Formats: sequence, C-alpha cells, structure tokens
Amino acid sequence: MTAEVIRLEHVTRRLQGEVPVTLVDDASLRIDGGECVAISGPSGSGKSSLLYLMGLLDLPTAGRVWLRGADTAGYGEAERSGARLRMIGFVFQSHFLLPEFSACENVMLPMRRLGIHDETTIRARACALLGGLGLEDQCDKRPRQLSGGQSQRVAIARALANDPMLVLADEPTGNLDSVASRNVQRTVLALAHEQGRAVAVVTHDADFAAQADRRIHIVDGRIQP
Amino acid sequence: MIRLLVDIAARHLLARRRQSIVSLLGVVLGVSFFLSISAMMRGSELDIIRRLVDNAPHITIEDDYRNPTLQPVAQSFPEAAIELHHVVPQTETRGIRGYPQILDYLRRTPGLQASAVLSGQALASFAGKDRAIGLNGIVASEYARVSTIRRYMVRGSLDELEVNPSGIVIGDELARLMSLSMGNNLNVASTAGQLRTFKIIGLFHTGRSDIDAGQAFVALKRVQSLLNRPNRINTIVIKLADPDAARAEAARIEQRVRYKTVSWQERSEDLMSALAIRSVIMYAVVGAVLLVAAFGIYNVISTVVLEKQRDIAILRAMGFEARDIERMFLAQGALIGAIGNVFGVGLGCGLMAGLMRIHFRVPGSTDVNYLVIDWSAFQFALAAGVAMLAAMTAAYLPARRAAKVEPVDVLRGGT
Ligand SMILES: Nc1ncnc2c1ncn2[C@@H]1O[C@H](COP(=O)(O)OP(=O)(O)OP(=O)(O)O)[C@@H](O)[C@H]1O
Ligand SMILES: [Mg+2]
Repeated sequence: MTAEVIRLEHVTRRLQGEVPVTLVDDASLRIDGGECVAISGPSGSGKSSLLYLMGLLDLPTAGRVWLRGADTAGYGEAERSGARLRMIGFVFQSHFLLPEFSACENVMLPMRRLGIHDETTIRARACALLGGLGLEDQCDKRPRQLSGGQSQRVAIARALANDPMLVLADEPTGNLDSVASRNVQRTVLALAHEQGRAVAVVTHDADFAAQADRRIHIVDGRIQP
Repeated sequence: MIRLLVDIAARHLLARRRQSIVSLLGVVLGVSFFLSISAMMRGSELDIIRRLVDNAPHITIEDDYRNPTLQPVAQSFPEAAIELHHVVPQTETRGIRGYPQILDYLRRTPGLQASAVLSGQALASFAGKDRAIGLNGIVASEYARVSTIRRYMVRGSLDELEVNPSGIVIGDELARLMSLSMGNNLNVASTAGQLRTFKIIGLFHTGRSDIDAGQAFVALKRVQSLLNRPNRINTIVIKLADPDAARAEAARIEQRVRYKTVSWQERSEDLMSALAIRSVIMYAVVGAVLLVAAFGIYNVISTVVLEKQRDIAILRAMGFEARDIERMFLAQGALIGAIGNVFGVGLGCGLMAGLMRIHFRVPGSTDVNYLVIDWSAFQFALAAGVAMLAAMTAAYLPARRAAKVEPVDVLRGGT
C-alpha cells in the first residue's frame, strides 16, 4: 500500500500579467496510497492552487507532475480529463452538486461519463456509495433538499464514483458545523486509512490536520520546511 | 455518452422553462411559416409550370429565322464591310416551306407529336357586332394530339371540323360577347380581303379570357384560302412525351430545319425568372423568421452558459472534456431545434391545410382558383433542415464559449 500515486517536482505556477503573481513556488511533494496529507496555510497562500495542479486542472509553468509514475507534462486536454475521470476525485468547500440532478444522479455522472457499466449497475453502485456514507435515505433528494453535511458527503461519494486512487479535498469541512464536520473528517480519513487511496486535504481545522499522516504548511506559495 | 450530454442539456433547459418555451415557440413558428409558405410558393410555381406545359405547345416552329438572312454578297464576303443601297424587299408569301417533309421528319422521333397550323388575324361579324379574332387553321385530328383544347370543349366537338369544312369552333366568351350560339352563321373577313361564312359547330372554355374571347379554330384548308396562302402554314406545334427535354429538342430541330424553333422554357423565360425572383424574396422573408428564432435560441443558451459556469467547472473537474461541454450545449440547440421541428411541422401542416381551402378569382381568368400546396417530402425536409441548421448555428457560439471556460478561474472565483 505504499505505491507512489502523485509526485510534484519543483512545481511552480506563475500567472503572467501586468503584475505577475506566483501562486505556487517550487513545490515538491509526494503522496503514496493509503496516506492522508493535510495542507494548511493562511488565506491566499496557494493551497487551492496546489490542489488544482495535483488534479491536472491547472498546468505548472515550471516543474513536473507525475501521476502513478507517468509524467503528465505531455498530456493533452483530453488525456488530462481522462486521468481526472479515472484516477482523481475532487471535493470542494461549497458542495458544487449539480442542482438539476438528484443526489444519486450526481454520483452517477462520472460513471456515466466513463461509460463502462450499464445504467442499472451504475445506479446500484451510486446507491451503495451513498449508503456507505450513511445517505441511503437521501438518494432521490435534490441538492437543495439536503443539509450542508449531507451535500458534502454526496460530493465525496461522487468523487469516489470511479474509484480514484487520488482524492483532493479543498476545505471539505469549511462550511459545516462541528458534528457534520467530525462526520466528514472521519469519512475523508477512511479514504486513505481504510481504502488505501492517496488523499490531500486542505483544512484550517487543527484537530483534522492532527489526524493526518503528514502536515504541510504553505506560506506565499512556498511549502514550509 | 451522447445520451448523458443530452440528458444534462435537457435538464438545463427544463430549469429555465419559460425562456426555453419562448425560444421553442420561435422555432415552431419559424418552421411552420417556412414550411407552409415555401410549400405554397412551390405549389403555385409547379401549378403555373404545369399549366404552361399542358396548355401551351412544348415546342413551336415559326416561319421566321433567328438571324435575318444576309444578302448574297454579304454571304460571299463574310469578313467584308458591305454597304448596299436601294435594296427593295421582295414581297414573299410567308410560311414554312416544305412543311410536309418537316412533319415527316419530326414524326420519326419517338415520343413527339407534331401538327401544322396556319394562323392569322380576321374580323368576325354577327348581327352588326364586329370583333377581331385570331383564326387558327388546323387539321383537327392531328391538332388534338398536340393540344389540350379537346378537354375544354363545352359544346359540339373539334373533330367535326374534319367533316364540316365550313364549321368554326370558338370560345364561349366570344359567343357570349357576340350573342352567338351553336348553329349560328358567323361572317369572317380576313386581312387578305376574303370573306367567308362559318357555322358554329363547337364552343370551348379554357378559363383564360384572352383565349375564350379571341381565338377560333377552323379547318386548315379554309384558312389557307381565306388568307390567300394556299399550301402554306406558319407554325408547327409540337408536343413531347417528356416536356423537360423541350429545350434540347428545340435546339436539335432548329439545327435541322433552320426555322426559329422555340421551346416552352424559352418562351416563358420572363415568367421563369419572375418565379425565381419570387422564390428568392420568399426565402428571404421566411429566412428572417427563422433568424429571429435563431436569436431566441442563442439567447437562452448564452444565458445558460453564463449561469452554469460553476457547473461547467465542476463537470470539467469531474473529468468531462472541453469537447463534451461544447457538445452538451450544441445538444441544447439540437433539442430546441428537434422539438420545435416536431410542433412546427404539425402547425405547418395545419396552415397548409387551411391555405388549401382559400379560393379566389384571378384577373384574366373566369374560374375560381385554389391555392396549390406542394406536399412533397422535399418541402418538409427543407423546412426541418433549415430550422435545424439555424438552431445548431445559434447554439454553436455559446457552446464554443462554454468549452473555453477555464475551470480553475471559476473555482478560484467561486470558493
Ligand atoms: N486570476 C488571478 N489573478 C491574480 N491573482 C490571483 C488569481 N487567482 C488567484 N490569485 C491569487 O493567488 C493566490 C493563491 O490563491 P489560492 O486560491 O490558491 O489560495 P488559498 O490558499 O486556496 O486561499 P483560501 O484559503 O482563501 O482558499 C491568492 O493570493 C490569490 O489572490
Ligand atoms: Mg482555497
């Protein structure tokens, strides 16, 4: 369970413009399967930007991102999308569920896009994922009928739909009360410790960070030693 | 995969129900207008052409040359500049020379019927009323094969001209104007100064008042003597099995017989180009309706694209490609186009059925006319195809914009 999932090598992301901004500065980082890494830092320090680079949503201006031993520098847009679909699950702070789809249908979306299984299998798997997160009764509810904690767990279920080896969570407990927050924390930690995925989670919550295997602190786009 | 994108597209549209319905309505109206107006215009065009082809000769050979014959000296020196003075034109008995041979030659062509006609002007008088008429000398049995006149006989028969050389067949309008009836004797004076009395043995009604009031049919031999042109004719009327071949056939015949040979297409060139211009105007108008509909679609999809920036970003983060996003919004255009087509064609059929019930009188015709509608599959395919094209084009621009959305920009702004 200690296979390398993602590795960043001197990754820098700079925004060109009238005033050039460095979002991430020379970041090197490796996360293995079964490992949960907590990322913290002041607001605007570049935590989200680092996640987008790891998730192949954004491209580094310098340095390399290796996903499961493959250099992603040569990937085109379609290959990056394909990698996200198959290997990476995103969870965001505000839940970002599609409002026109029920909880279950939201979880089904990545599987339908992948298109390997038929509709019934996909629905069954979506229900099972939601059930595993204690949401078996919320399957057919629309996002706006769900509480914040429920929405966040639906978003986690959706991130897990295609069984990704890397899960990237950006302040998943940021908008939740303490009970819901504990619940989501346990879920996220289990992704690494019980399911063997590589997990990177941005959090301001010291308790949550304390339960992670490693902690990274970022200031002004630089990972602090 | 496409099903998934269509599913998302449909839900986006359903989420903005009112705006979607308005843009859908635009397409429905656009398609139905396009369909019914196009079918009506095309129908009447086909009807006009059909009448033209049916009721007029497909080809006529006239006693005239396309280019005036040159003086012998000019023929001998085609390159020279020649000036002749005091040329006195010969008085000639006009007509198609050697027409029996020409008829023989023509009748060897399969699918071709030909008949010789001598026509001229004459003055008809009865009970103190005079009218100028066009006199057509025909061999009735031959002429019936190249003309639809037999179909329009209301009294008597054309064929009686063969057995009764002093019979005449006139239009019912002329009979009414001159208070003539069957069996009356009509005095006819020709421009050559001859006078004959004809007995009315038939009446026809074509519905075209210029013909019904101004044309008469008489045995060929009688007209030849009346006009002082024995053994001459001035027109050969030809009917083809395939009217569309008239232009080529006319050219072939003219090459051979030298006399000016005119196909119905050439004769109706003015009309045909008027019809073409009419089509252009019509398509411009109905195209404008569809253009408005396209703006409606553009509007609703643009709105969805602007509103759904977050959804686009989240779908991209989930692993959807930029191309998927583009297709998703194109699918919205396709959905509006397809549903609009279904209802538009339905409404269009209703309009077309309604148009068919309208009847009116055209000046120059004495009969009631109906609008002719072209119900061919082509009209439906054209209307549906143009509407679909408009919908897809309207969707294309916002779809491109949606595909260019950078998920990271949206996520940074949103969180
Ligand atoms: N388009 C942009 N143009 C200029 N600066 C930008 C742009 N996008 C982001 N930034 C800056 O980049 C820096 C990093 O942003 P990022 O969202 O990664 O920070 P963060 O650590 O996630 O902050 P937070 O805790 O508030 O979520 C910030 O200082 C932000 O102001
Ligand atoms: Mg952030």
